[in-house]
Parts: sequence; structure tokens; C-alpha cells
Amino acid sequence: MRGWFLPLAVVLGFVFLYAPIVSLVVFSFNDSRLVTVWGGVSTRWYGELLRDRQIINAAWISLQVAFYSATLATIIGTLGAFVLTRFSKFTGRLVLTAMITAPLVMPEVITGLSLLLLFVSMEQMVGWPAGRGMPTVVIAHTTFCAAFVAVIAQSRLRSMDDSLEEAARDLGAGPVRVFFDVTLPVIAPALVAGWLLAFTLSLDDLVIASFVSGPGASTLPMVIFSKIRLGVSPDVNALATIIIGFVLIAVVIAGWLMRRAMRKGL
Amino acid sequence: MAQPAGACETKPWRSEAAKPFISVRNIVKQFGDFTAVANVDLDIYKGELFCLLGESGCGKSTLLRMLAGFEHPTSGTITIDGENMARVPPDRRPTNMMFQSYALFPHMSVEKNVAYGLLREGLPRAEAYARAGEMLRMVKLEKLARRKPDQLSGGQRQRVALARALVKKPKLLLLDEPLGALDKKLREETQFELIKIQESLGVTFIVVTHDQDEAMTLATRIGVMKDGVIEQIGEPREIYETPNSRFVADFIGSVNLFEGKIDAAAPDLMRIETQDLGAVLLPPQSGLTLGQPVWGAVRPERFALSRAKPETAPNAWHGVVEEMGYIGHMSHYRIRLANGVLIRASQSNRLRDEDPISWDEKVWISVQPSAFRVLTR
Repeated sequence: MRGWFLPLAVVLGFVFLYAPIVSLVVFSFNDSRLVTVWGGVSTRWYGELLRDRQIINAAWISLQVAFYSATLATIIGTLGAFVLTRFSKFTGRLVLTAMITAPLVMPEVITGLSLLLLFVSMEQMVGWPAGRGMPTVVIAHTTFCAAFVAVIAQSRLRSMDDSLEEAARDLGAGPVRVFFDVTLPVIAPALVAGWLLAFTLSLDDLVIASFVSGPGASTLPMVIFSKIRLGVSPDVNALATIIIGFVLIAVVIAGWLMRRAMRKGL
Repeated sequence: MAQPAGACETKPWRSEAAKPFISVRNIVKQFGDFTAVANVDLDIYKGELFCLLGESGCGKSTLLRMLAGFEHPTSGTITIDGENMARVPPDRRPTNMMFQSYALFPHMSVEKNVAYGLLREGLPRAEAYARAGEMLRMVKLEKLARRKPDQLSGGQRQRVALARALVKKPKLLLLDEPLGALDKKLREETQFELIKIQESLGVTFIVVTHDQDEAMTLATRIGVMKDGVIEQIGEPREIYETPNSRFVADFIGSVNLFEGKIDAAAPDLMRIETQDLGAVLLPPQSGLTLGQPVWGAVRPERFALSRAKPETAPNAWHGVVEEMGYIGHMSHYRIRLANGVLIRASQSNRLRDEDPISWDEKVWISVQPSAFRVLTR
């Protein structure tokens, strides 16, 4: 009776999830200039991609933006989560709770628009940031990535045994020492996972970047999107395949870290 | 109770002149509207192994956490070795704590866990690790120094936690349910090990527990807590033999309580008229007045059971064995008297070839006057 239903459901599920990605990867090795016509196996679009200065520049900018904003978001998100879980009463607690999770539910268009308005009025009032460019994209990405990191870090801090920190205090460590000696190492796997999530979110973002980016700071999704408007070209397939590779590696590492942490009962 | 000579040296609480090492004065802790600890006074002497005993939620852990510095008292003072602890944070107190969950740092090896406190004290690495090694030898874990806590059994973790808490040679060690997570056999072995370690190091221990057997075995003195108040403080024997209330009598061991009124008192004997047993004779107790409502308390093992009517016992009743439980070294009985009152009695099984009193037998149950304790609350 176990029969055919369960295997079939599994196969259909996988097809639904992965068929688009597989076809994209397959067509990235297509020799033909026409995206929908198979013209034999070739890696020519990968070669062409490497010669495309615009794409290489955009990829480099995206990676830099993702690295900086993931790092800043991890620091800010962790501190926010720490304050919210370890200090039960302080003025503005409710406001902070609401603000830290607001970017999760706020439509990206609104976030992008509000940040753009902020940057423009700041430039008029204090002269910084002068124009839009990579720094403004990093700041914008940090704000919404910090929310994701804060949520992950908060759940880890909540499930952590409080007496670990008390034990360190008891053994003679001051509050700052306790944070770096005990809290941080214990929640580290969650922070790495949060960093990787923030990195992929930043790499992925088109809407917010479109609002706050300036000349010479187009991110990869912005460049791809503008190219697609002129028709799908095979080198975009090759680019997408490379990005999928990156994301796959990141997800595997994050998953491995989380599993190891679970097994150790951290 | 006659005091053996020299008792004041090992039992300083019996002497008026002895100076307490830790003194808790009128301490109150409120969480919002809830009063966790209410006006507690407590004196603990150097080298004691003091047990705070009570059910969960009675305030014993809160009291312990105030001594460690994790909770601030709402009012009152705590003094340790003459120093007021009001403004001293937990990392500067001369106390260490062993946590119920053990709270071993999961990312550090056993050795590093134990050395952590010494490194925070500013000891050089080599010396800190040498002393940690010594401590691990004492708890017989030197072979596991390089392991991580998740590679240890429950009993081993418990010993690491103890070593880590003792390595700084604190003036006072606070233990929160130190044996709670161990199984019964291991717990009994560990109790005596704990006493041995405590005696050899001379550190003052305060142990919080809900297990009365554990408290009776470990403690020099016990403080029985209920609803944030210490009901009675005393040596295990005092707590068991001369409880000061029905709560304490019932909480430590089991007890038969008979409500009544004092109706006659002579210099060497007193009589209580009880509803359940009629007139009961017992030795006089000071501080009581004629006609005062009281409770007579008798431990089950103090009753004697016999098939024939006892010749000399002044307090004897006739009844039927309703229930009997044989547990090896003892047998527990429930005996129904003619007037319907149920009495719990127990007998130790000293002889192998005894013909035991069993179900539905008619028996005489008697008790010596001195076995009674009169309680007024």
C-alpha cells in the first residue's frame, strides 16, 4: 500500500521547485544565441561573461555591498537582540521592539523611498552623504538585514540557558567580559547563519538598491534587470548559474553549522 | 537535650557567644506584587553545611540568588564575613555558586571550564591550569580534562560543576539542587562525597533542596521554608523530633496528628483530651495553658503493634489492620480504630523468621507518652 503515491508526490515537489533552476543551468551551457533553441554544449557564454566589464563591475560592487552590509547588520542586529532579551525594563523598549522588526513587514518600495528621502534631506542639511553610491546602498541594506539577524539572534539568546552568563559573572567576569567569553561563542553559529542570510538578502535585493544607488554603483540585480528589458540573453543564464553556485555553498555551510550546533546541544 | 562536651566548637549555633559568618537580616524580596522572601533572618557559621529545604516556589532559590548577588533584596541586609554585600556585584563577591543546570560552558573543555574563574582572577595561565588540574584530581576527573561538557555523563558534569565552583576557594559555596539531576543510587553516593569534600576544604556550604532525605543526610542545620518564610531552623534531629509546627512535622517524614485540648497537667505528666483517641497521656511541655487547643503529633515508627494487649503502656488502642505494605527493612501499616480513626504506623523488620502482623488482623496499638510532641500551630 505504500506504493506509488509518496514517491510521485516527492518527484512532483522536486520538479516544481527545481525545474526552473535546472533548465536555467542547462541553458547556460547552450551554444546557441537564441535562448530557447538548443545548439549544443558550450561554455562560450561564461567566457563572454568574463569579458563583460559592466557585469564584472556590478558583481564586484554587489559582493562588496553584501559583505559590508551583512557584517554591519550582524553587529547591529546582535546588539539589538541582546538588549531586547537581557534587559527586561528600559524606556523605549516597546519602540525598539517595533522598530527592529518593522523592516520585515514593510514593503520594500516604502523602505527604499523613505531611505532615499532621508539621504536627500541629509545631504541638504549636513552635506553627507554627498550623492548616492555604494555607501548609501550599504546603509540601506544594513537596515533591513539587521532586522533578520536580530530575529535569529533573539531566538538563540532566548533558548540559551541564562545560568551560563550568571555562572561567568559568579566566577569573576564583568558584564562585558561575559558577553565576549560566553554569550558570543554560544550564539556564534546562529550569528554565522544570520550573516549568511543577510549576505544573500543583500545580494538579492533589487528594489531598495534601485532607490538609493547612484551612478557607478549599480548592483548586479540592477544590471541584470536592465539587460533583461532588452530580451533574455544567454550570458545572463551563465551569470545566474554562478550565483546559484554561490548561494548553494552558503546554504550548505549555514545548514552544516546549525546542525553541528544542534547536535552539540549548544 | 544534654549537650556533649565540646559541642560548641563543632556546633557553634548552640553557643550564645559565637559570631555568625554569614548573617541575613530582615531580608525581603518582592517581584511586583508577589513576595518571594518575607522578612527572613538567618545566621550561618563558618564551616557549616546549611540546607534550605522547601517545596518549589517557597523562596529558597531566591534567597540563594540574593546571597550570590543575582537578585537585589527589596530591603534588608546580607553580611558575609563582616562585609555588607549590598553594593557588591556577583563577580566581586567571595561566593561561588553551583547551578542546578550545572551551567558548564559548552564551548570550553572541562579543564578550561574549571580554570576560567582563576584566569578571571588574574592568575597566570600555567598556575591556573595547574590548580584546575588539582581540583579535577580531587573530583576524580583528571583523565577527562580535555573533553567538552557534551561528552560527559550527568554525574561527571555534576563533578565538573563542583570543581569549577570550588577552585577559587570561595568563603561561601552556594549549591542549587546540586544532586537533583542524578539518579537515586548515584545521588546517595554523591551525598557522602559532597560531605567529605566540604569537610576537607572547610568551606561553608549553603545547599538548596526540595529533597528532605538529602537535607537530613547532608546538613549540619536545616532551615525549612514555606511561602517565603523560614518556619524552623535546627539540626536534622531537632527538626525531626521537635518540629515547631504541623507544617514542619508533616513536611519532614510522616506524622499522625490528633487535635485536642489540654485538660489536666501534673508536674510529671500532662493529659490531652482528643476527639480521635480520647485521653492521651504525655510528658509536660512548657509554655502551654489548660484548655489550649493543641495537636498531638506522633511519628508512625513510634507506635508498637501487638496481638496481645500490652500490660504497661498508658496509651493503647484496639484496631484492625486495613492496609499493610512490606518494603523490606520496614512494613507500613494503616490501622482503623473502632471509632473509625485511621492511624499510620510502621515497624522495622528485625527478624527474618517473624510471624508478621498482616491484613485484617485485630491488633493493639500503643505508644509511650514521650513519643508525643505537642504542637500549637
